[in-house]
Amino acid sequence: MSKGLATILMTVITVIFCMCTVLLPPIGDPNSAPNQHVTPYYIEHAKEDTGSPNIVTATLADYRGFDTLWETSVMFVSGLTACLILLNNTEVGDKILNKGKKGGKKREE
Amino acid sequence: MKNNSKKTNSMKRPFGGIVLDSSFRIIIPFTLVYGIYILTHGEYSPGGGFQAGALVAVGIVLVRLIQGADKDSFNVTGPLAIVCAGVGTFIYAATGWLTMIGGGKFLDYTYLPVPMHHWGELHALGILMIEVGVTVCVMMTIIDIMDAIIERLDDDTEEEVVCDE
Repeated sequence: MSKGLATILMTVITVIFCMCTVLLPPIGDPNSAPNQHVTPYYIEHAKEDTGSPNIVTATLADYRGFDTLWETSVMFVSGLTACLILLNNTEVGDKILNKGKKGGKKREE
Repeated sequence: MKNNSKKTNSMKRPFGGIVLDSSFRIIIPFTLVYGIYILTHGEYSPGGGFQAGALVAVGIVLVRLIQGADKDSFNVTGPLAIVCAGVGTFIYAATGWLTMIGGGKFLDYTYLPVPMHHWGELHALGILMIEVGVTVCVMMTIIDIMDAIIERLDDDTEEEVVCDE
């Protein structure tokens, strides 16, 4: 029951997203909204604003440094979460997390 | 050493033959040096922290797969990897706090409290610092996930968990 409901819901959402793609501007259109807002400023002023000859690095690390900070945090949290899910077993988790200590915490009965 | 060698399916067991044992000694230093090059040269060329972290992690993962997970060389396991991933993120944030100490906004590298005369050098230093943080975080995250997968696989293929005495 709930699986069928989830399937129908995912199908509807997928169809809506696919239908919305025809509303997007064509790739490389110079008159589209993303290419009119800050992109020309970044391309023109990246060298004298940041001193970096690489526009990608200038945008990623200097103009959008705050964005990259949380991107790194997402990487850290995702790795931590993957470990917690994969080690969702008491004995293995104890064995890994107490590897440094001698005779890590055994299961008491 | 002895108790791990009798399990046949364990990924902790070294699988390198003589070809891998000989060739990885040549491949691994070049991989690590290339990773550091991509990190430090990322301001001028394509590259940066994420790619450098993946390359350095590949070096360590290859060593662990070929030589076995119990060797001491190049072995970053368990809590140390998780802590180092957090330290990488902290390096990034600490760069932002340094610029705030210097009197600027968050991650405004012109205000880094370092005695340099040209603002371009300060920006280059700031970009290098945050990319070191990103590199450490990505590298340790990859090693961390691989460590967890290996332990989980060993746990699923064995019936009983061998606690090292």
